[in-house]
This record gives sequence, C-alpha cells and structure tokens, in this order.
Amino acid sequence: MSLLTVHDLAVSRGGLRAVEGVSFSLDAGQALILRGPNGVGKTTLLRTIAGLQPAVQGRMDMAEDAVAYAAHADGLKTTLTVAENLRFWAAVFGRRDILPALQAMDLTALEDRPAGSLSAGQKRRLGLARVLVSGRPIWVLDEPTVSLDAESVTRFAAVIRDQLAHGGAALIATHIDLGLTEAAVLDLTACRARPGATHRPAGFNEAFA
Amino acid sequence: MIALLIRDLRLATRAGGGFGLAVAFFLILCALVPFGVGPDTSALRPIAPGILWLGALLACLLSLDRIFALDYEDGSLDLLATAPLPLEGVVAVKALAHWITTMLPLVVAAPLFGLLLHLPAQAVPWLIISLLIGTPAMSMLGAFGAAVTVGLRRGGLLLSLLVLPLYIPTLIFGTEVIRRGQEGGDPATPLLFLAGITTGVIALIPFAAAAALRINLR
Repeated sequence: MSLLTVHDLAVSRGGLRAVEGVSFSLDAGQALILRGPNGVGKTTLLRTIAGLQPAVQGRMDMAEDAVAYAAHADGLKTTLTVAENLRFWAAVFGRRDILPALQAMDLTALEDRPAGSLSAGQKRRLGLARVLVSGRPIWVLDEPTVSLDAESVTRFAAVIRDQLAHGGAALIATHIDLGLTEAAVLDLTACRARPGATHRPAGFNEAFA
Repeated sequence: MIALLIRDLRLATRAGGGFGLAVAFFLILCALVPFGVGPDTSALRPIAPGILWLGALLACLLSLDRIFALDYEDGSLDLLATAPLPLEGVVAVKALAHWITTMLPLVVAAPLFGLLLHLPAQAVPWLIISLLIGTPAMSMLGAFGAAVTVGLRRGGLLLSLLVLPLYIPTLIFGTEVIRRGQEGGDPATPLLFLAGITTGVIALIPFAAAAALRINLR
C-alpha cells in the first residue's frame, strides 16, 4: 500500500524553480533518504510535501493529515518545561500519552526542565519527540540529526525503524549516514531545475495561487 | 484549540511574556496627560473619553507583533500550519489569547485611570461597556496586521501603520458611547455600531489573516 506518491513534482523557492521532475513513491514500511548538495531544494521539496507551499507542477497523492513535519527549527517554547511543550503538541494532534515519546528519545530525566535550559542536542531530541507524539504515519524530516551525538543518532534510527515496522513511512533529508541500510536513497542533483527553461514566472498572481 | 489557548496564556504569564506591560503603559499615558494639559477638571473632563480610548489603543499596539512573531521565529508557526488545526482557528485563538492577556486587564484598570482624568462617575459604566465591546475588534484586527507583517524585520512599525487606520471606526464609536453616557444622552446607537464592527471583524478577519499567514509561510 502506497502512503505517498509523488509524480513529476516541481517546486520553487522565491519564484525560482528549485527541483523539477521529482517522482517517487513511499510504501508503508519504507524510508527514503533525500540527498543533494546545499541549496538544491531539499527543504523546499519537504515543505511542499508537508503542505506549507503549493507545488508549481506535478501531483502528490496521500491521505489528508498524514504528514508529520520536522523542520530545522524545533518550535519549542523556552519558558515551558519539556513535558509542557510535548503535552501541548500531543493535544494539538488529539493525543494524550507523551511518556512513550519521552522514553524513546531519552528525555524522562529532563521532563521538568524548562526547554530554554536544554542543550542543542537535547532540544533536537525534544523536537523529534514531537514527531513521535503526532501519531501520523508519514514522517517528513529535514536534517533530523543536526546537533545529535552518535548515541542519539543510533537511538533515533531505532525509533524510525520502529515507526516503519508499525506501518509508517519516513522521508528524510540528511547528509550523514543514519545507519538505515534498508532505506532507499534519492539524489536530487539529477532533478535540479534547468535555468532559463521553458517556464516563465507566473507573475503577480502567483502569490495568491 | 483549547490547548493552544492554554499554552498562549501560560506563555504570557511566564517570564518575558509581557503580561502587564500594556496596563503599565496605559497608566503612564493617563498619568502624563494631566501634566500636559493641566490638572483642571474643565480641561480634562471633555477629553477624558478620547484619551482613555487612545491609551487603550496604543497600549494594544505595543504587544501586537508578539502574536505571531515569536511563533514564527522558533518555528512553531510552521508546525501549527501543518497540524490538524485550521489556520483560521489558530488566528482566532491567538487573538483571543491576546485579548485576555492584554486587553482585559486594560478594561479592568480603565475606571481607575479614569479618575486621573476626572471622568465623571456616571460615565464609568459606559467606559467599561464600550471597552469590553470594542477591544475584541482591536485584538482581531491586530492579529491580521501581525499576520501580514510576520517574518518582516522591524515589522512592528509597518504593523502600526497598517493597523491604526483600521481602528478608526472603533475609536469613533467607542468614545461616542462614553460621551453620550457622560452627558446623559442615549448611547444605544454608537453602542450598536461598535458591537456591529466587532462582530463583523471577528467573523471575517480570521480568514483574511489565515490567508496572509499561508502566503508568508511559503
């Protein structure tokens, strides 16, 4: 069963096409790793799939509200505690139990600390725990391993494996090796948009499309 | 939605949340006016409704850019936009949280500050009622301005320029309610207009603000 199918997708950043002709399909239990040099459009592609911006061209087929998105910024409130931050996001996604996520990301000891006093790696772990509490099948992760130590990366890879084993899927943009040997790799370099190709910018109305 | 409201209220009351800032500003403004125009009752009484409303309006402006800017900076706004909540609901809830944490204390404090401006006792109920009915429109319009300017550096100034003209109808009818109440006239007509503006704004603005946010988040 395919959770996410992307067909001939083109995305643009700041009115310029970043990548085009991206096609892939993600089945339950599959992980896909996006690679490509800086600026090729990995983040733009992920934001498009997460629904934050419209695609310029192409089609995405997926169930509604299936994607949990983790960006570069973790969306943490520094004056709230770890548990308060996580409980808020759990409530937003209509869920209650945050304990499994805390345990999975090794945050139980930090539960009552304000998020502002965490280290960069600990904040990142909290940001990833937020993806866990969302309970959504497709994880779209943008550089999830930034500032994580080797042990946490291994831990997170195990969390992703667990998600895949439970019928989920993951789309990950990363430069480092997560140790997910079973994951497919898509290199976006080949999809880089050709400058000056047939397409003109849509002009003023594009902003309101 | 309720979780978002509780989170915003909690954030406002924690350190650095800016709770009480607007009331303090309002107090200082009302305390400065008698220094500026002289302490005579005859000089202060006619301008008291206008000063009180202007003070509430300016105090409101102070905190408007916080409605979305903080969430934008730490990435929560992106994540809220991908959450199952409708963005229109997010806007409405955040405007409501702004009203509770910023405007409601102003409404409560206004009669006290009216004393500084020699506002007669019979006008005080009308002051409270007009502020209570008018200020939700100010929070909501402010949320729209904040949504348009989110992500802009130094967006606060642009936000003031965008939002202040939109406050004119509320200001006119709000002060008119107090003035008529003060003179023993019938304040029903301006009060109805004020209520009409507020309900219209609450009904329409969340959609406009959510559209502005969607464009700004691209």
